[in-house]
Amino acid sequence: MSTIAEKIFARASGNGEAEAGDIVMADIDIAMMHDLTGPLAVESFNKIGTEKVWDSSKIVIPFDHQVPADSLDSANNHILMRKFVKEQTIENFYDVKEGVCHQVLPEKGHVIPGTVIVGADSHTCTYGALGAFATGIGSTDMAMVLSTGQLWFKVPETIRFNVEGKLKENTSAKDVILNIIGQVGADGATYKSCEFAGETISEMNISDRMVLSNMAIEMGGKTGLIEPDGKTYDYLKDRVSGENRNRLKAFIEKSNLKSDLDSPSLEIMDIDVSELEPQIACPHNVDNVKPASELDVEIDQVFIGSCTNGRIEDLRDAARILKGNKIANELRMLVIPASKETYLKALDEGLIKIFVEAGALVSAPCCGPCLGGHTGLIGPDEVSLSTSNRNFKGRQGSPEGKVYLSSAKVAAQSAIEGRIAVPKEE
Amino acid sequence: MKGKVWKFGNDIDTDIILPGRYLIYTDEERLSEHCMEGLVSDFKSKVNAGDFILGGTNFGCGSSREHAPIAIKGCGISAVIAESFARIFYRNATNVGVPLLEAPGVSALIEDGEEIEVDMENGLIISESGKEIEFKKLPPFMLEILESGGLINYLKNQKNE
Repeated sequence: MSTIAEKIFARASGNGEAEAGDIVMADIDIAMMHDLTGPLAVESFNKIGTEKVWDSSKIVIPFDHQVPADSLDSANNHILMRKFVKEQTIENFYDVKEGVCHQVLPEKGHVIPGTVIVGADSHTCTYGALGAFATGIGSTDMAMVLSTGQLWFKVPETIRFNVEGKLKENTSAKDVILNIIGQVGADGATYKSCEFAGETISEMNISDRMVLSNMAIEMGGKTGLIEPDGKTYDYLKDRVSGENRNRLKAFIEKSNLKSDLDSPSLEIMDIDVSELEPQIACPHNVDNVKPASELDVEIDQVFIGSCTNGRIEDLRDAARILKGNKIANELRMLVIPASKETYLKALDEGLIKIFVEAGALVSAPCCGPCLGGHTGLIGPDEVSLSTSNRNFKGRQGSPEGKVYLSSAKVAAQSAIEGRIAVPKEE
Repeated sequence: MKGKVWKFGNDIDTDIILPGRYLIYTDEERLSEHCMEGLVSDFKSKVNAGDFILGGTNFGCGSSREHAPIAIKGCGISAVIAESFARIFYRNATNVGVPLLEAPGVSALIEDGEEIEVDMENGLIISESGKEIEFKKLPPFMLEILESGGLINYLKNQKNE
């Protein structure tokens, strides 16, 4: 009678059992920090005064937020982190060329079902799509993990979204998660483990599942878990190496990583998506969700990318709509593949050509305008339509700007029309 | 603790507390210069040491950036009071030594600019007009972390004892 989260903490705590509400010290399997949160964590680690990190094979450091360096401050942060990587002989370092952390970790086989992963980034919850208990932490907590390989957790209760129904052609996983967040609110799942289950989720590929898990934090969730299945195994089997290959195999052979539906700490919410229309999160909160068809909003910039919707499936969705069309006059469009792997696939499939011919700017993999720190910022009174995960005031630049969030399908259709638009059902 | 209240609404996210373009800095001084700038310009110069931030529900939601509580600390804010806090922010603020006081119902009882007193020992907020509002008292170890100025100093102190 346990949830996935309880089962994972039963193992990671070494206690053999764990119940929601227990405070446990857990062993960390993978710790991730990037070029923007890493420097603060390294400073804290140095203050603690531990000489060597607990395990240089379990730390993953991708550069993705300010890449390539856009200022001397960024360049200095990169230098600091590269020095740390060398001094501590960190085995899994991905410099500016690999892509967005939450895409790179699954792609490179660092995410194994049943493990505990912490990242100095709130969207670390993305890895729950592959059945890992993954959560975002701050830099001081990360310094403790770097020193000891452990961190304390309160074992969370679970809210399980049981999603049923076949999605319409013009919708996608993004519409499902925006709809859920709109229903439960920005703090509706605070401290809880979110679980996505049901027929609709079983039908989804790993990329779509990652969209759901990625945005669990936008309703306060600690992680966004999905029961691992054959698709999880197929995604990972050629990506993992060494010890992880054996762990994955062992895991698949004796997997019981499912929530028991009679668990006392499990709450179930049923979601029917068969009539769901394209959804938009309106400024300045992610839970301010409305059907796209109800909005009359002109836009200045469209951004397709980020750890939420910068994967190959998103680029295919956008290219299908943009092919043979031009984006609206006076509109800027940025397309940023989430990783090198995605970028190469998009090149092979001719998608990049479609974007450039339509009038979009295509950039090398990075977080882009998502957090308003690096490139593609919006100015006062400008409106951005973005496939990323946050529309907070000032998130993509000026606090007087406005950010709307949508799927890649809606973003592409809207780029053509110059205003928020609903793609046709194919 | 006594000070003036700077009142904000619900869902104050860490992007508003410290915008993403300043995450390239790590020092308290520079970070604090940009604290809350999307809502109050030159917040730091307007705040007096010891003042309080008062939020509604879900204070500190969004990004895990520890730069946000560091910026608040650098402004000299003595504590953040709110109806409820987001999870990652709660840990981060405690870890850098910013007390977070959870007091359901507080935002209806205290106005922006009010001078209030906070009694940490008894878990009470006393308004200008003498109203007493309870907050969830912090356990002794958390008070010790806060008094040490954060988790790292606390760990160091423990090592030296």
